[in-house]
Amino acid sequence: MDDSAFSVRNLSVAYNGRRALEGVTLEVARGSMVGVIGPNGGGKSTLVKALLGLVPYEAGEVEILGRKPRRRVRRLVGYVPQREEVDWNFPVSVFDVVMMGRVPALGLLRQPSRRDRELVTGALETVGMADHAEARIGELSGGQQQRVFLARALAQEAEILLLDEPVSGVDALAQHEIFDLLRRLQDRGKTVLVTTHDLTCVTERFNAALLLNRRVVAYGPPDEVFTPELLNAAYGSHLRIIDVGGRTVAIEEG
Amino acid sequence: MAGYLLEPLEFGFMQRGLIAAVLVAIACGILGSFVVLKGLAFIGDGLAHASFGGVALAFVLGANVYLGAFIFAMGTALGIGAISRRGRIRFDTAIGVLFSGTFAFGILVISRVEAYTVDLFGYLFGDVLSITAGDLWTIGILGALVLLVVFAFYRQLLFVAFDPTVAAASGLPAGALNYLLLGLLGVTIVTSIQAVGIVMVVALLVTPAATAYLITRRFHHMILASCAIGSLSAVLGIYLSYYAAAASGASIILVATAIFLVTLAVTGRVRKAASIPGPSH
Ligand SMILES: Nc1ncnc2c1ncn2[C@@H]1O[C@H](COP(=O)(O)OP(=O)(O)OP(=O)(O)O)[C@@H](O)[C@H]1O
Ligand SMILES: [Mg+2]
Repeated sequence: MDDSAFSVRNLSVAYNGRRALEGVTLEVARGSMVGVIGPNGGGKSTLVKALLGLVPYEAGEVEILGRKPRRRVRRLVGYVPQREEVDWNFPVSVFDVVMMGRVPALGLLRQPSRRDRELVTGALETVGMADHAEARIGELSGGQQQRVFLARALAQEAEILLLDEPVSGVDALAQHEIFDLLRRLQDRGKTVLVTTHDLTCVTERFNAALLLNRRVVAYGPPDEVFTPELLNAAYGSHLRIIDVGGRTVAIEEG
Repeated sequence: MAGYLLEPLEFGFMQRGLIAAVLVAIACGILGSFVVLKGLAFIGDGLAHASFGGVALAFVLGANVYLGAFIFAMGTALGIGAISRRGRIRFDTAIGVLFSGTFAFGILVISRVEAYTVDLFGYLFGDVLSITAGDLWTIGILGALVLLVVFAFYRQLLFVAFDPTVAAASGLPAGALNYLLLGLLGVTIVTSIQAVGIVMVVALLVTPAATAYLITRRFHHMILASCAIGSLSAVLGIYLSYYAAAASGASIILVATAIFLVTLAVTGRVRKAASIPGPSH
């Protein structure tokens, strides 16, 4: 059995001829928790989308769990998008949203079975949102919405979870809850990859940090990656590392 | 009172008109819910106008007008896709150019054939009371098609409408489903043309669905409510047009608009009342 979740070789992605990722080579071990850090526009979201097969590759290849990223394999990858990509005014309940995770496996005309419902309820319990199953998605707080989306990925029976800035616009307490939740999921054997700006959090809880600015600047254990030299190399001179209530956060200056 | 309700039903054209209008309102209620939430009103209006070119051409050639309308609507829809994908022209600009072009083509065709103008007028402004038994069959079949396809693909369409990126990422054919939605929109519009007219199709798509949005919390409830509101508007509108001797399409849309405005006012007041903090004890 191959024990790498993602195996990325020499990946390049370009939008209209401009490269957003260049020569990215990366091995993500199964069951690990990786934090992706980098400047705005550094290609974090693009990397996530490339791993999901949402953007075409200019060059390179990606293997998921040792296999080519075909449709069936993609179902093993759950995705929580950046908040801005979702229409929160849509009239859907929390339960409806999590049930969407079952849709790819459902096929046409098949109503959700007992097992589908159990997976949905189980996922809602895991993320601590079972009491809100009937709420309309737009009524929840940002942190709760992120947990519902995570539940959808779990209902999909994803082995790998990709989260794009899950804690941006979410208050500090809810951030902790989300990262604790991710840790518990890692303990259950899930592979987790998160883009974030919170260096402390990555240092405290993640196995690996990926410093990304179009290319891989550094990849390894967080305390080896977050050195002033490497951070400066990734952010140029725009970086300011500040302490907010004992947490280290990377801020960019225009 | 019952006499007022029953008397018009003695006429075959009234029976056909009511059935046709309710069928159309149901198809529009379903598709309209997607149109409202995905912001497709402009595309819907464009497709309707584009289909007029097909209506006019088919009419003159003696072909099936619904088929002509559908071919024109879909052809232009694919045309916009092709033009705007090149990236040199914005999506809405491409819609504006192509749809007014095909609409103008329709006007040109009918202006050359004066004898037909009055009949074609019905397609522009809607005349549900002149529907023939053959038209009714076409409307029934198209309506059933829309219903069946949405029923079969409901969960997939909902997922793609709510969250297209994640739907695509989880392996759903998001592109194909979007084209399916566009195709259904074309079918629905073509079906609705004779009931409310090209100029007002978009109102029958958007107004009942927008009303339903105000009073529901889940998507399938929104669809049901929007079908119900549309059907109610259709029936009331047709009675109104019978007794007031007014155009049926305009009457239907006016009733739908009135229901929307009342709902907006009432729900606005309820929200306000709910958000006023009660007296503290
Ligand atoms: N759909 C797109 N079309 C064109 N260019 C794009 C697109 N998406 C991203 N880009 C460009 O690609 C580069 C990388 O963007 P990306 O969103 O991956 O960065 P990011 O690291 O996620 O940034 P942020 O921290 O702001 O989320 C940027 O220069 C961006 O402008
Ligand atoms: Mg991003």
